[in-house]
Amino acid sequence: MGMTMTQKILAAHAGLDRVEPGQLIMADLDLVLGNDITSPVAVKEFERIGAEGVFDKGKVAIVPDHFTPNKDIKSAEQCRLIRDFAYRHEIENYFEIGQMGIEHALIPEKGLAVPGDVIIGADSHTCTYGALGAFSTGVGSTDMAAGMASGKCWFKVPEAIRFNLKGKLQPWVSGKDVILHIIGQVGVDGALYQSMEYGGEGLAALSMDDRFTMANMAIEAGAKNGIFEVDDKTIAYVKEHSDREYRIFKADEDAVYTRVIDINLSDIRPTVAFPHLPENTRTIDEVGEVTIDQVVIGSCTNGRIEDLRAAARLLKDKKVHPRVRTIIFPATQKIYLQAMREGLLEIFVEAGAAVSTPTCGPCLGGHMGVLGKGERAVATTNRNFVGRMGHPESEVYLASPAVAAASAITGRISSPEEVMK
Amino acid sequence: MIQGKVIKYGDNIDTDVIIPARYLNTTDPAELAGHCMEDLDKTFTGRVKPGDIMAAGRNFGCGSSREHAPIALKAAGISCIIAETFARIFYRNAINIGLPILECPEAAREIDEGDQVQVDVKTGKIVNLTKGSVYQAEPFPDFMQEIIRADGLIHYVRERMKRS
Ligand code: SF4
Repeated sequence: MGMTMTQKILAAHAGLDRVEPGQLIMADLDLVLGNDITSPVAVKEFERIGAEGVFDKGKVAIVPDHFTPNKDIKSAEQCRLIRDFAYRHEIENYFEIGQMGIEHALIPEKGLAVPGDVIIGADSHTCTYGALGAFSTGVGSTDMAAGMASGKCWFKVPEAIRFNLKGKLQPWVSGKDVILHIIGQVGVDGALYQSMEYGGEGLAALSMDDRFTMANMAIEAGAKNGIFEVDDKTIAYVKEHSDREYRIFKADEDAVYTRVIDINLSDIRPTVAFPHLPENTRTIDEVGEVTIDQVVIGSCTNGRIEDLRAAARLLKDKKVHPRVRTIIFPATQKIYLQAMREGLLEIFVEAGAAVSTPTCGPCLGGHMGVLGKGERAVATTNRNFVGRMGHPESEVYLASPAVAAASAITGRISSPEEVMK
Repeated sequence: MIQGKVIKYGDNIDTDVIIPARYLNTTDPAELAGHCMEDLDKTFTGRVKPGDIMAAGRNFGCGSSREHAPIALKAAGISCIIAETFARIFYRNAINIGLPILECPEAAREIDEGDQVQVDVKTGKIVNLTKGSVYQAEPFPDFMQEIIRADGLIHYVRERMKRS
């Protein structure tokens, strides 16, 4: 019986020739990640272990991004705690305000994730680096603490669902629409405990940014990880960002999958997830009349340069609707700078949108765009749970940057085709 | 052996409702417990008693990796959670902090709010004392039993690091 991509990576990191689904293994880690919400808990647990230092100063990354720049005294204290920890243990990859970005956009950009890696992060969207052909998964703070001390983590070897991609995306359709379509199809627990493995001829048509977005939302289908086959685009990305050695793992021809799902990219329409679950999807043609109060474009799902370019194409020489607060936050400093150089930020400000420094801010209802009672937002983020962006009676509709920008202009959930005709 | 009264919820109970992000600027278990479940059920913190058991449907604990979620439930007094299925990060977090959780679809469906339930974490046996029904959940594999016996992952790792 053959192994999937994920199973092969895990076997190699556990020093085993092969692994079986369900097997419990101890794997060596290439990176352990935490943020300003999860690291404070991890630091306390780390101290309880009584280890002298972290297992490898170059293989721990700490990124304060959730409540930063600090929103209040309590979050400032949390950041102080992790900053002290990072300095005391000489963590090489601690990224201070001004350097930091949203962790899952930052880590690949800094070359800290490459194909074949095993990465854990105390943040559920750590699965993002699967776009690079790495095994990466979200864990909790205690796992982070144990990982920092020992360089190891326990895993139950997952089964996998294989997604065979074919065709090409239509104009105004992006990786976000594909992953929302898939979650709508399999459900929020459709891939529970499993890997989502992507490959097929359609892969070539997806940009790296599309793949990051799709791998990012594997957790919204309940998956342990999402992972893409490595191709020329992956190699080009990795060479541009990292000088680390990488290793390409391919699934065996006779790998066993619980399901094989064919996805024809050409058939996918712009897709929106209605409150309060990412599986409540409708194509843009089925949305109906939904007026909105806020648009948020950014996050670890859709705060990359292609996302901003898509939004700018729509917002150029237009104004956002006077009743719609539009907040755009590039995911990293590098993306911010790039957007500035390309004139995208100017387009946003001219259109009447607010542009923010990199932060998770509104995505988790933290700061910089919290919703009031009964308010509705279209967001390019990844979760629309009750209270996710603020008041428990507010609503979040998940969409692509193109749909979000189109909606910002019209004041209701709209198709980019409608605005650009 | 754990015994307690059941508080029951539905499917897809996510970590944002277990503990909303706006309270994540603290790591204090008691403070987190004070806001536990409030976006879904304002009565929870007022009525939960130490030892109570939580029952729920599918995909319990989905969403963010915040360990604050099992910490808040544990600090609120919840002694054990029985669900049809758990989201995987919540599952590992609960084990790692020593909060027993059991996956048992029949028990999760048939147990009702207010039932008195007894749980043997070691064997996975669940007894509904109110209804007189008995269920068998899959017991934890040895490795996880070891973590639970060691009172969580931290003790487990400390022991192993001392030995090596
Ligand atoms: S942008 Fe949102 S989903 Fe991504 S890491 Fe930040 S809070 Fe989490």
